[in-house]
Amino acid sequence: MPGNPNNTRTIKIDMMARVEGEGALNVTVKDGQVQDVQLRIFEPPRFFEAFLQGRHVNEVPDIVARICGICPVAYQMSAVHALEAIFGVEIPPAIRDLRRLLYCGEWIESHVLHIYMLQAPDFFGFASGLDMARVHPDLVKQGLRLKKAGNQLISLLGGRSVHPVSVKIGGFSQVPTKNQLHALTDELRWARDAAVKTLQWVSGFAFEDPEQDCTFLSLRGPSEYPMNTGSLITNKGHHLNASEFEDHFHEEQVPYSTALHCSFQGKSYLTGPLARLALNHDQLSPLTKEIFAETEFPLPFKRASMGIVARSVEVLYALDEALRIIEGYEQPASPSVPVIIKAGTGVAATEAPRGVLYHRFSVNEDGTIQLAKIVPPTSQNQRRIEDDLRNMLPGLLHLSDEETASKCERHIRSYDPCISCATHFLKFTREEVS
Amino acid sequence: MVETQFSPYRKQPRVAVVKFASCDGCQLSILNLEDDLLALGAAIDIAYFPEASSNMQEGPYDIAFVEGSITCPEDLPRILELRQQTTTLITIGACATSGGIQALRNWSDIEAFKQAVYPNPEYIQSLSTSTAISEHVSVDYELWGCPIDKRQLLRVLTDLLQGVSPRIPTHNVCIDCKRQGHVCVIVSQGLPCLGPVTRTGCGAICPSMGRDCYGCFGPAEHVSVQPPGVPPNMTSLAQQFHQHLQLIPVEMVRRFRGINGSVQSFSKESDAWESK
Repeated sequence: MPGNPNNTRTIKIDMMARVEGEGALNVTVKDGQVQDVQLRIFEPPRFFEAFLQGRHVNEVPDIVARICGICPVAYQMSAVHALEAIFGVEIPPAIRDLRRLLYCGEWIESHVLHIYMLQAPDFFGFASGLDMARVHPDLVKQGLRLKKAGNQLISLLGGRSVHPVSVKIGGFSQVPTKNQLHALTDELRWARDAAVKTLQWVSGFAFEDPEQDCTFLSLRGPSEYPMNTGSLITNKGHHLNASEFEDHFHEEQVPYSTALHCSFQGKSYLTGPLARLALNHDQLSPLTKEIFAETEFPLPFKRASMGIVARSVEVLYALDEALRIIEGYEQPASPSVPVIIKAGTGVAATEAPRGVLYHRFSVNEDGTIQLAKIVPPTSQNQRRIEDDLRNMLPGLLHLSDEETASKCERHIRSYDPCISCATHFLKFTREEVS
Repeated sequence: MVETQFSPYRKQPRVAVVKFASCDGCQLSILNLEDDLLALGAAIDIAYFPEASSNMQEGPYDIAFVEGSITCPEDLPRILELRQQTTTLITIGACATSGGIQALRNWSDIEAFKQAVYPNPEYIQSLSTSTAISEHVSVDYELWGCPIDKRQLLRVLTDLLQGVSPRIPTHNVCIDCKRQGHVCVIVSQGLPCLGPVTRTGCGAICPSMGRDCYGCFGPAEHVSVQPPGVPPNMTSLAQQFHQHLQLIPVEMVRRFRGINGSVQSFSKESDAWESK
C-alpha cells in the first residue's frame, strides 16, 4: 500500500569515507524493483566561474589551481592552453615536455593516493591505508614512497606539490636545470620498479562487480598517450575537437545536487583512466605494454572496480614517460615565450587524473576574464555512476541495508570521484514503496 | 620521528580532521607527510578523518584540525558542535583561517554568482559570505597557507605531543627570501611581490621560482599597525607598487584581494584602492 510506513525502508550512511566530496545516495525501491537512483552532491558551491570574471588572465593559473588540491596541475594546464589558444602562443618543444612532465607528477601522486590509501583497503577489509599499514607496513611504505616520487616531480617543477606556483601563460616562471632533473632519476627508477610491483599486486585482486557497457570518452593525440593535447574520441566512433565540446556535451542541473550533470547526446558516459586505457593502450610505452600484457586482462575493462588496475598501468606509464622526458631534456634559453594579450575566446581540454577537463574563457581587451566555463571530470561521470548503480542494485537487494549501502559506497569509491569542495559525507537512503 | 616522551596526554590523543568549503589541499598535505605518516599514525589516535579512513568515531576530540570556510547555513551548527567537542582546535589553511579564495564572493552579489554558475539558482543554498572559522568559534592555533606547509603542521602536532605550546612564526616572507639569497623580484623584475607583508611559512617558494609572492600565507604580523602619523607597511608597499611599478587602482585592488583577500589588513588596502 502506498504510504504505508511499515513498507518504507530507509538505509543511511552518514558519511562516505575515502572519497573527495560531499554527497548522498538515495535509492527508491518499489515492488522489489529499483525505481530511482540519485547520487546527490552537497558540495558547497565556491563559484569559481563567477569570481574569475574581472580577474586578469595572468592570475588565472593561481586561481583555478584552488578548485582542487589533488589535481591543481590539471586546472592550470587546461587554463593556460585555453588562454594560449586565444593569444596565438606557440609553445616550444622543451616547455611542452616540461608541462607533460609536470602532468606525469600529478597522475602519479593522485593515482597512487587512490590505489594505496583509498581503494586498496576495500579489497582487504581495512578502514584506511593506515590500518592496512599495521598489517602490511612494507606495502604501504612502498605506496607512500611512490606517491612521494610524483610529489617530488611537481615540487621541483612547480615549487610545491599542492598548488604549484610556476605555471604561467607562455610557459613557466622558471625551469629546472638539467642537473636538477637528473638528480631525481635514481628515485624515479626505483619508483618505476615499484609501479611494476603495484600493477602486479592489484592485478591479483578479486573484481566482482557486474560488467557494464558504456560510452568511454578520452582525448587522443597523434602519437602519445593523452595528457595535454588531443581530440575527443569515444569507443562509439565519435571524433570531435575541443571546440565542439559544448555542442555535444550538455550540463544540466538537477535539484538534488550542487554539481552539474553532464551528458553526451542525452546519455551518460565515462571519462578517466578506464576510458583512456581502453582508447589509447596502443600508445603506452613498450615497458608498460609488456607488464600489462602479463596480467592477461582483456581490454576494455568493463568493471568500475578495475579502475585500480587502469590507474596502476598509468602510474607505470607516467614514470616511464617522466624518465624518457628527463633523459632527453635540454634546458630552454628562456622559461617562457612572450605573450601578447588580446580579446577573444579560447577552449582547451586536457586529461586530468580523473578524466577530461574542459575550460572555455572569453577575454576582454584589457586582459580581464569576461566569461569562464569549467567542466570537471566528476560532473561528467556522475550520471554514469548513477546508471552503473542502477544496473548493479537488483543483484544487491537481497542483502541487508547495511551491506547494500556498504557495497554501493565501495562501488562509488572505485570511480575515484573528486568533488573536492565539501565535507565528505554520503547519506544513503533507500525507500521501499509498494 | 614523532617524539612523545613528555606528552601531556594520558594516552594517544584523539585527533579529528574536519572539512568545510575547501579544495582538500590542506588535508592532502597531511597525507603528503609520506615519510612521517606511519609514525604519526602510531603516535596519535586518528579518530575522525573521512578523507583517509572509514572508521569515523564521535567526539570528544583532544585535537581537531579544521579545513575550509563557513559558506552554507548548515555549516554553522557543525562548527559550534565541533568546538564543544574539541580541546585544541587548529585551523589549517587559508579557507579556514581567512575565508579563502571563495571569500571573493564577499564583495559580490551572491545571487548574481549563483546565476552565473547554475541554470536553476533557486536550488542552491549558500550564505552570502565565506568566513573564517574564528568568526564563529574560538580558535586555539591558526596555520596559514594555501596550502599549509606540512612541516609546520607536523611541528605544531609534535609540540602538542611534547607538552610544548606551539609557536608559529609570524615574520614576513621577505626575511626568509633574503636569508635564502634569492634575487629580489621587485627590484630586478619590477614584479609587485607581496613578500614584504606576507607571513612566512612557505619557504619563499615564489621568489625562488622567479616570480612574485601573491600572499597565500596571509598577512605577516604588525604590517597594518604603526604609530600615529607613520603609514603601515602594507600601505607603504601599495604606494610603491602604484608609484614605481605603475600599477593602476584596479590592479591594486586585485593584488590585495586574492587568496586571503578578506583578512582585514589586506581588505583595508583593496577597499581603499577601490574607492580611488
